[in-house]
Amino acid sequence: MNTSSPSSGAPKILVLGVGSILMMDEGLGIRAIEELERRYRFPENVELLDGGTSGIELLSYISGRDYLIIIDAIKSGNPPGTVLKIEGEDVPAQFRTRISPHQLGISDLLAAASLTDEIPKRLVMFGIEPKEIVMKLGLSEEVRQGMDHLLDVVVKELESLGCYVEAIDPDKMQAANSIWEDI
Amino acid sequence: MEVPLNAQFIRNIMMGAHATHDHIVHFYHLAALDWVDIVSALKADARAVANLGQKLSPWTGNSYDAVKASQDKLKTFVGSGQLGIYGSGYWGHPAMKLSPEVNMLAAHHYLQALDYQREINKVVAILGSKTPHIQNVAVGGVANPINPDSQSTLNMERLYYIKTLIDKVGDFVENVLLVDTAAVAAFYADWTGVGKGVTNYLSAPDMPMDTKGTKFALPGGYIPDGDVSKFQPIKSYNDPFFRDNVKESIKHSWYDGDWDRHPWEEDTVPKYTDFQDKGKYSWVKSPTFMGKPAQVGPLANVLCMFAAGHGPTKKYATKMLDTISALAGAKVGVSALHSTIGRIGARSIRCAVLYDTLKEQWNALIENIGKGDTTTFNPPTFPNGIQKGFGYHEAPRGILSHWIVIENGKIKNYQAVVPSTWNAGPRNSQDALGPYEAALIGNPVKDPEKPLEVLRTIHSFDPCLACAIHLHDKDQNEIVRVKAV
Repeated sequence: MNTSSPSSGAPKILVLGVGSILMMDEGLGIRAIEELERRYRFPENVELLDGGTSGIELLSYISGRDYLIIIDAIKSGNPPGTVLKIEGEDVPAQFRTRISPHQLGISDLLAAASLTDEIPKRLVMFGIEPKEIVMKLGLSEEVRQGMDHLLDVVVKELESLGCYVEAIDPDKMQAANSIWEDI
Repeated sequence: MEVPLNAQFIRNIMMGAHATHDHIVHFYHLAALDWVDIVSALKADARAVANLGQKLSPWTGNSYDAVKASQDKLKTFVGSGQLGIYGSGYWGHPAMKLSPEVNMLAAHHYLQALDYQREINKVVAILGSKTPHIQNVAVGGVANPINPDSQSTLNMERLYYIKTLIDKVGDFVENVLLVDTAAVAAFYADWTGVGKGVTNYLSAPDMPMDTKGTKFALPGGYIPDGDVSKFQPIKSYNDPFFRDNVKESIKHSWYDGDWDRHPWEEDTVPKYTDFQDKGKYSWVKSPTFMGKPAQVGPLANVLCMFAAGHGPTKKYATKMLDTISALAGAKVGVSALHSTIGRIGARSIRCAVLYDTLKEQWNALIENIGKGDTTTFNPPTFPNGIQKGFGYHEAPRGILSHWIVIENGKIKNYQAVVPSTWNAGPRNSQDALGPYEAALIGNPVKDPEKPLEVLRTIHSFDPCLACAIHLHDKDQNEIVRVKAV
C-alpha cells in the first residue's frame, strides 16, 4: 500500500505501468517500468509500480498522489514505434474508448478515484504505438526501437516536476530482462 | 507432499479476503447498475433514504448526513449534463423498477463499497507482500516467516491489524451487502423465475484444515438436476470422483478436431472458422462433469454447502431468504435461488459465509502459532519419470482446476479448466447448451436496442473481464487528443 509520506512537501508521484506481458506489445508499460528501475535511481517521492492487468485493486496506490504517470500501449493510428503522450481529461477518455482487457480495469480505476475524490491533480500518459498484440512473449522490433525514447520522455517529465533522477552507470546496471531482449 | 498448517491457514485467509473483495466489487461496481438507476436516485428525498436504510439494517453508515453527501457527489457527476462514467448506463429503462429512495440507498452503498473493497484487499497485500502479483505462495507452503517478536516478519501486530480489517469489512458484508442484495431480489421478485439455465452444479471443497488436504472448512461437490438430495461430495485433493469425471469438448469451439477428452489428454490447437451456427462458434471449450454441462460459481457453492449441512451457509441463506420474504410480502424458498437474481443473492450469502470462515482461519492460525509452531514451508522434491497431477480451488467465479503432465522434468501438457469456461462454454458434443446459453432461453428483452435484461443474466455469472469486453461498444465517439513526443 502507500509508502510513508516523503520529506519536504515534494509532490507525490506514481509511475504506473500497465498491460499484459503475455500479449507482446501490450506489455510495453510493464517492460518500461522494469527498464526505468534498471537504468535509474529515483527520489523518495517517486514510486514505480507494475500494475499488470489490475483495475480497482490499485485504488490504494493512486490515493494521495499529486501526479499519476501511466505507461501503456496507445493505439492511435500513428506508425508503430511512435512515442506518444496524452494529458489530463483525455487520459480517462483514452481508457474508456480503447478496448483491451486491462484497459477496462484502468477505466474503472480512474472512475472510482473520481468518485472517492482521490484522482491525482495531474494525469499524464506516455506510451508507444504497438505493432503486434498477439499471445506471445517479447516486444516487436518497432516498440523495442521506441523504448529508449519513451524512457527518456518519462524521465524528462519527472525532471520537469523537480525530481532528480540519477542515471545508473551502465557498468553497474543489472542485466536486462532476457524475456524481452532475446525474442 | 504436505503443506504446513500455518501455510494452509495463511493461504486460506488470502483466498477468503480475495474472494470477499471480488464479491463486493462484483455486486456494487459491476452488476448493481443493471438494477439500480443512478439518475432516478438523484430525485430521492435523502431523509427518506436514511430512514429506509436504518429500518433495513443496524449499519451505522446510513445517517442522513452520509446519504446527503453521497447524493450531492452523484449530482456533481450526473447533474452536470455529462454523465461521464455513467454514460453507458440504461437509465430510465422500463425494466428499472426500484423507487428513487431504494436506488439512492444502493447508490450510497456503491460509493461506500469503494472504501471497503480497498480495506479487504489490504489483507491480501499484507500476507502476499504486495498486490497485484502476490509474492508469498510457493510449492510446499508460503514464504512468510513467522516470528511474534520480530518487526520484520509476520508478527502479532500485523496479525491483529488483519483481524481488524476482517471485522470491519465483515460488518459491511453482513449488514449492507447481504441486505442490499436481498432488497434487490425482493423488489425484482419476478427475476426469481428467469435465468435458471443449467442446474447441474459443481463446486470445490476449499480452505484445507490439515496438512494433507483431506479436511476442508468449506464443503464442495456435485448436485445433478438441481436436486440437493442427490449431492455427492468431493472429499480430498486426490478424489477420483472429481479427477475422473472432468472432460472438455471442442465440437463447437475453434480448435482443431472434434473430441471429448480428459484434460490430461487434451491439446489446444486453434482453428478459426468464422461463426458457424451449427458448427464451431466460440473460443471457449465446453467442459462437462459426468458427461453433462455444469454451472459453477457462488450459487453452485452455496447449494453444495447447504446440501452438506454447513452451518454458516444455512445461517446466512436463511437470513437472506427471510429478508427477501419480509420485503416481498411472500414466502421465498431455496428454489428461488435457481435464477438470475438467485446467483446474485448466493454471491452475497457466500461472501457472508467467508466472513465467518476468515474469523475461523484467523483463530486457527493464532492458535497454531501459540503452540510454538512457526513452520511455513516444506521444501518439495520433484519425482522423476512421467507425472500427472491436478489441483483445484473454489475461486470467486467458481471451481478452477489446473491439470499438468510432466515428463522428464519438463511440462508436457498443461490445461486450465476455469470457471468462466464452465459457464460460458458453447454446446458440447451432445449439443447440450452451456450455462450462459441455457440461462438466456426465455429471458425477457423489452427493447432489442437496449438489451438490459440480457446483461442482467450474463452479469449474474460474474464473467471474467476478458469475456466481459465483448459487451462493450467499440464505436463510442469520444475524441482523445494524442500527440507524438
